[in-house]
Amino acid sequence: MEDTIHTPNPKATGAFEASRLTGDATEEDLDSIRRRTSVYVYEAPVRLWHWLNALMITVLIVTGFLIGAPLPSLQIGEATEQFVMGYIRFGHFAAAQVLTVIFFGRIYWAFVGNHHARQLFYVPVWRKRWWKELGHELRWYAFLEKTPKKYVGHNPLAQLAMFFFMTLGITFMLITGWALYAEGAGQGSLPDTAMGWVLGLVQNSQRLHTLHHLGMWAIVIFMIVHIYAAIREDIMSRQSMVSTMISGHRTFKDDRIE
Amino acid sequence: MPAIETFYDVMRRQGITRRSFMKYCSLTAAALGLGPAYVPKIAHAMETKPRTPVIWVHGLECTCCSESFIRSAHPLAKDVVLSMISLDYDDTLMAAAGAQAEAALQDTIDKYKGNYILAVEGNPPLNEDGMYCIVGGKPFVDQLRHAAEHAKAIISWGACASYGCVQAAAPNPTRATPVHKVITDKPIIKVPGCPPIAEVMTGVITYMLTFDRMPELDRQGRPQMFYSQRIHDKCYRRPHFDAGQFVETWDDENARKGYCLYKMGCKGPTTYNACSTVRWNEGVSFPIQSGHGCIGCSEDGFWDQGSFYDRLTNIKQFGIEANADVVGGTTAAVVGGAVAVHAAVSALKRAQKKNEEA
Repeated sequence: MEDTIHTPNPKATGAFEASRLTGDATEEDLDSIRRRTSVYVYEAPVRLWHWLNALMITVLIVTGFLIGAPLPSLQIGEATEQFVMGYIRFGHFAAAQVLTVIFFGRIYWAFVGNHHARQLFYVPVWRKRWWKELGHELRWYAFLEKTPKKYVGHNPLAQLAMFFFMTLGITFMLITGWALYAEGAGQGSLPDTAMGWVLGLVQNSQRLHTLHHLGMWAIVIFMIVHIYAAIREDIMSRQSMVSTMISGHRTFKDDRIE
Repeated sequence: MPAIETFYDVMRRQGITRRSFMKYCSLTAAALGLGPAYVPKIAHAMETKPRTPVIWVHGLECTCCSESFIRSAHPLAKDVVLSMISLDYDDTLMAAAGAQAEAALQDTIDKYKGNYILAVEGNPPLNEDGMYCIVGGKPFVDQLRHAAEHAKAIISWGACASYGCVQAAAPNPTRATPVHKVITDKPIIKVPGCPPIAEVMTGVITYMLTFDRMPELDRQGRPQMFYSQRIHDKCYRRPHFDAGQFVETWDDENARKGYCLYKMGCKGPTTYNACSTVRWNEGVSFPIQSGHGCIGCSEDGFWDQGSFYDRLTNIKQFGIEANADVVGGTTAAVVGGAVAVHAAVSALKRAQKKNEEA
């Protein structure tokens, strides 16, 4: 009989290894795939966060860029009658506050959600298998592997990128962003009490602005790679990608192992 | 030793009337952001407290702080220097010179141990054992340490003493070092600016003498009453910023209309100082009012942030000078190009595989 993920691995040491899926699969995932052709990976709060986060980041990048390099001067009326920069800045601050709230919501879900909801927040450097699969993924992107692996959650390369650019990246942007906001909110205000120490650390507000700009570019670069990789994987890999972030279900295109 | 006279005694001796004295007290209260109830308190303090001796030392500096200080309007520097504080040692303002001056310094230290305020203008260079700045035949850093030892508090005048200023700009050949990095065991109040505003300087001293304590300081050790807000927060051109009306090039129509100088690299949004409220030369004007952006002279490392006309700090770590947007934009373009090439190769490989399978 042909080897499939539905037949146990004869060399398996335990039940967990029997199905021969990649290392990020959990026992529940294996159970799921025995009964169905898909695995429910991303729960609703994770998907909601993903799309809200994407929307907020887009708004923040556009408005943030316009704050750093404003539009040509507009002459709608007297200064008292127009509020162009004011509205752009309001958009930036409002989106940032939504981003902050949903980021904390996402962290909460990492505790109460399923195994895959936690993947964003760590890099399993202590796992030998993770390193092996990371090597495989790098070779796959360098066109040195013919067949991609089947991942239930994020592949190791994606996990690495998301940990550094999203988890750490958003944290960095929230810290520097709130520190900048605290400057306008004024000393003694809540943002200042919470984040004013950052300016004390960086010492010069212009340096803080510069760091915030660099952070934005890091996120722009991540977006380019992330969107490209998601579409490419959807086409070329052996599992669903884009639709998974919509339905939450990972479907596989074949039932061969790994 | 006769009791040290009070500020009021000296002021009266200077021919200042009681009416002028009360006027000064209310002006000072207003400048310090205090309510009318504080006016009699200030008056009472001035009438009863002995003068506080001040030692004013000069390191690596350009004397612009002193120049600013003696141009103070409210309260008049004359009052401050001659009446309120007994400026026992200031090698720029004092009549004595040479050995006499050095003796005056030692006298003051001995006489008022633990009670005098040490005002530092400029900073000590530490390279070559401090030989880049010699005062009275000795490195300035020695004089600073000696005078600081028995000081009650230290005032760091200007960007030099507070942050290092131009002589500490990269590569800082003399290792000019701000005061708080040399003297670490005394309360230090930073009054940055190049120079600081005269009224800010006298306001700080008046507060310390009246209330016998340091004014409330922010996280960077600056008096909150003058440095708690950015130039931008109180700028009279702020409505043009919010409206999105900017000077686009020097001397354009918008410049003549007095629009916001944000695009010309005005550092108002990143600079903490009182220029937009107190202004300069008895409240006549300040840089933005005269049509030029703020250069951020009261900020840490303002010489090392690149051009006065850029909004972002220069990043020199790449060998070439570039700002964050150039670095980020270039990287994003390179990554975007790499993604396009990768996508093309992927498509070709896939087509090739399909051909083989067919």
